[in-house]
Amino acid sequence: MAEQELICIVCPASCSLKVAVEPSGEIKVSGNLCSRGADYAKHEAANPLRYVMSVVKVKHGGIPTVSVITSKPVPKKCISEIMKATANVEVEAPVEMGQIVLQNICGADLVTTRKVKRIVLSSPTYL
Amino acid sequence: MIERKYDTVIIGGGPAGIAAVIKAVELGLKTVLIENKDLLGGIPLQCVHPGFGIHYFKEDLTGTQFIHRLLDRMEKLGVECLLKAHVCSIEYKDYGEKIVNVITRNGVMKLNAKTIIYTAGARERHLFEIGVVGDRPDGVYTAGEAQTLMDIYGIMPGKEIVIVGSGDVGLIMARRFALEGAQVKAVIEILPYPGGLMRNVTQCLKDFNIPLLLSHDVVKVVGRKRVEKVVVAKVDENFRPIEGTEFEIPCDTVVIAAGLRPNIDLLEKLGVLIDSATGGPVVNELLESSVPGVFVAGNALVINDLVDYVVEQGELAVKGAYIFVSSNGISTVDWKSVVKGRNVRLVVPHYISGKRDVTILSRVAKPERKVFVRVSEIDVKEFHIAVRPAEMIKLDLKKEALSKAVNESKITLEVVPVG
Repeated sequence: MAEQELICIVCPASCSLKVAVEPSGEIKVSGNLCSRGADYAKHEAANPLRYVMSVVKVKHGGIPTVSVITSKPVPKKCISEIMKATANVEVEAPVEMGQIVLQNICGADLVTTRKVKRIVLSSPTYL
Repeated sequence: MIERKYDTVIIGGGPAGIAAVIKAVELGLKTVLIENKDLLGGIPLQCVHPGFGIHYFKEDLTGTQFIHRLLDRMEKLGVECLLKAHVCSIEYKDYGEKIVNVITRNGVMKLNAKTIIYTAGARERHLFEIGVVGDRPDGVYTAGEAQTLMDIYGIMPGKEIVIVGSGDVGLIMARRFALEGAQVKAVIEILPYPGGLMRNVTQCLKDFNIPLLLSHDVVKVVGRKRVEKVVVAKVDENFRPIEGTEFEIPCDTVVIAAGLRPNIDLLEKLGVLIDSATGGPVVNELLESSVPGVFVAGNALVINDLVDYVVEQGELAVKGAYIFVSSNGISTVDWKSVVKGRNVRLVVPHYISGKRDVTILSRVAKPERKVFVRVSEIDVKEFHIAVRPAEMIKLDLKKEALSKAVNESKITLEVVPVG
């Protein structure tokens, strides 16, 4: 019977929640002021999901990186796997918004969230 | 010298300025947007995390996605921009004319403007402003500098990080460091409660097991060439370090996330009245400052939590500029002041006419639960389950409600406990 303490993030009240998973699998929440808090705690206890964001390298870009995010929230335990995978990604400029740089990782795609123009210079200048 | 005439000169190409230039061009004002960097976008351009645009676009976007949506709109309209251009002064010539002196790559320019929309944003508070003494080694960054290095230039500022201040930028940078494999030793906050949103405390610190030390302060930075460690102590209720509680945290990087201050140098030189609570100018409901025809929006006006508010302010300032240009000034009315009542630390705007719908933004001085945000003069009260200094309170007042205050010289915004 795992008990977990959480701070509710649904509204500024920031209730301190206690979440207990009964042997029957039922999740019990206490400390919440409203039902939204209970829903939040149940999701957090059962399968916490997060967006993962970072930047990846860009070749011949006006700036040397492009920002990326998972196309949907992924299980929290996948975060480090995704971060390790992004370290080896390099894309070639120009980069468009929403371009997929890594397909189907932990059930999501990694997509760009910035445009980067192509600039080819003998030595890169960013300023 | 190049001389040009404009209806509106917009100073600062962040979200407020971009929103303003879009609206101004749509309304047919002859407008120019001035930015001193080589690219438009401001802060959101380096914000790779989501949480932007929930109010304005009704979608949860990253900062970069948010700003690109605005930039796309702007590019379709065909807007006149001066990039890498530095505004050195604003001169008051007469009621309907100001002069903006700009240094550009093509020489010095003198812009005659009927109105100015000042959206120059904010600067970060630095180490010495928050009273941290000690050595001055390499490895001390503000949170925004660290963000620019990592998320634009792809450079890691360090490996073992101590973050000073738990505002949202500090929390978000703690997560970015942790994600990129750095070890975040601690986030240190002088106040007894976290400065940022609870969502960020949970998702940025708890998810990565980063300790948050409340009621603590960094008293000293130690290091010969590079930061070697910081000395941390508990603080008393007057925020003074308690003797005997000092301990050391070894680290190679100190990140200062001690909040922002509006960038108001040019306005101060122009003689604009400044509110010490917001650090920005005193404005009326159209965001016009005490100098007629000079409007202020975004973080230059007040430090905002959400880019959505910044964009709304940019658009509102243009509405003001449009009225100013088309009717030769904002007609003088009996301005009613918006007074700060119980547990209200700051409020914007400072003056209202009572004849237009207004949105009042405010912050509380201390956290409270179960309160009414109340304006008794017009019988308006709104229940809030909790209020925190980190979260702005937005109160929309309709002109019908405000008409009740027709004989008042002020309205008072206060936060009072229920019952």
